[in-house]
Amino acid sequence: MSNPNFLNELVEEASVHTQPLRKRRLGFLFWLCVGWIALNILGAIFANLLPLINPLFQNYNVVNAGPSLHHLLGTDDLGRDIFSRIVFGSRVSIEVSLGAMLIGFGIGAPLGMLAAYRRGTFDAVLSTVMYVFLAFPAIIATIAVLSFWTPRSLLKIIVVVGIAAIPLVYRVIRGATLNFATRDFVVAAKVQGATDRRILMKELLPNVAPIGVSFLLVGIATVVTLEGALAFLGLSVNPPTPSWGNMINESLANLQVNPWLAIFPSAAMCLFLLSLNFIGDRLRSHYDISEIKL
Amino acid sequence: MLIGVVFVITVGAFYLIHLLPGDPAAVILGTGDSPANRAKLYRQLGLNKPIIEQYFVWIKNVIRGNLGTSFISETSVWSTIKAALPIDVEMIIISQILAFAFAIPTAMRSARKPDGILDRILSAGSFTLLSVPSFVLIVVLVLVVAIKLGVPHTGPSSYVSLSADWIGNLESMALPSITLAIGSYVVYYRVLRSDLIATLQEEYITMARSKGISSRRIMWRHAFRPSTVALLGTAGVNIGGLLAGGFIVQFILAIPGLGYQLIAAIGRSDYLVVQGIVLVVSVGVILINFAFDFATNLVDPRISRE
Repeated sequence: MSNPNFLNELVEEASVHTQPLRKRRLGFLFWLCVGWIALNILGAIFANLLPLINPLFQNYNVVNAGPSLHHLLGTDDLGRDIFSRIVFGSRVSIEVSLGAMLIGFGIGAPLGMLAAYRRGTFDAVLSTVMYVFLAFPAIIATIAVLSFWTPRSLLKIIVVVGIAAIPLVYRVIRGATLNFATRDFVVAAKVQGATDRRILMKELLPNVAPIGVSFLLVGIATVVTLEGALAFLGLSVNPPTPSWGNMINESLANLQVNPWLAIFPSAAMCLFLLSLNFIGDRLRSHYDISEIKL
Repeated sequence: MLIGVVFVITVGAFYLIHLLPGDPAAVILGTGDSPANRAKLYRQLGLNKPIIEQYFVWIKNVIRGNLGTSFISETSVWSTIKAALPIDVEMIIISQILAFAFAIPTAMRSARKPDGILDRILSAGSFTLLSVPSFVLIVVLVLVVAIKLGVPHTGPSSYVSLSADWIGNLESMALPSITLAIGSYVVYYRVLRSDLIATLQEEYITMARSKGISSRRIMWRHAFRPSTVALLGTAGVNIGGLLAGGFIVQFILAIPGLGYQLIAAIGRSDYLVVQGIVLVVSVGVILINFAFDFATNLVDPRISRE
């Protein structure tokens, strides 16, 4: 280790990982997308405080109305305000996706990092278990559990989807950590006598975090889509509670009469997903993460 | 390894379904029936035995190729699967032909001039489509094609079987296949484009160019094959995903493929049908992945030598 080249390499590597990143700009569109996501989340949190029409109130005087000043995006077949239902509906998507990712990352990420750092039996056993879980079609398991586990509630959806996400998060985080665990800067830290805890938190975590965050964004987008798919099977939150998936599903019966019922919630969902994907894409190119790794 | 995973899947499929509440006796007899009748039915169906014993009875039959007879519809599980599987296969084949037929030429166009106008349009377009879930796509397609344009057999619940009328069948398969094709196209285009761009920067491409070989020939003969490794891996995962996840378009349009039958069977607690379909789908996914791994080795022999 007394080789002077070794130090040079270390310095070089450190500069690769910190310096030029700060200089590249993320661009206007990136911040626009961040703003849109933030607006959606704020809307979901403060929906009760906003001057919105009650999303469950049925006004039979204005059924299937087009967009107007009073009803910004019109009303549905029961005279409910679509704009207000979309804002309240975003709560379900956001709660389910954030909740499920909290479970998935809370359990999958630490296990993945530990397994990649420790290696040995711990890694072998854990990886085999996760591999077996991955082989089982998660979407089918999710549907099966949700259809038999009644009465349905938001919390149950979050738990089931969250558990299904654990092996996926584990695989990505383990792979990412493995990539760094044998690098020189980790070896250097070990030689200096750093504790395992310190190496995991201070050396590995900052390097794994960008990959974790971009996978988190992919995960949130997947769960938002999954909520929509579950809604079509009648497995999302029970009507009349609005959710984006429920709204798109309910619109099918009235597609001929009022296509706006399908178009507005679909647009809300797609814009949300587009923003998430764009943010993820920008971050990946910013931190130089290849898409295939995810 | 392969057999081990399949074994675990059979156990998973079996226990998952049995641990859940939901009672086939209640479905068959109705909820108001007497407990004595119910106990008798349980004995007849073999549901009174311990779960482990039930599993071994089932798995022994499965190994002999007998997936059992549904308690509910009293038809053999295999006949249900045999009727449904070709629909999935047809849908996947049509969608994959469409996806590759569009992805390969457009990715080549993009890679020829990265960041050119055409590349920007194609990339932005594919990126936008990436954010449109399949159920939104199918709803929009139904709205435009079935309702506004009035093309026959394209709306919900208008499936026509291949043996009855092949033109009608193609019409009814068009929208779900296009929906799946768009989802696959986006992924394939992005993967192939970035790999082609990387390959075209290799020295042997410059060498080929300096020999005066046309850029069309360079693209097809020199750059394409080495750029398809990641594409094949992605296609394997994606097609497996279509087999397991194609249920949503089938469900919306009431096309009686495997996914549709699975959802219907879950809805009526039809254990044996659910187990059978989960088994067939899981094994199918594993075999597809295996086949594409093999294809990757053919494309890049270095992989198998490692």
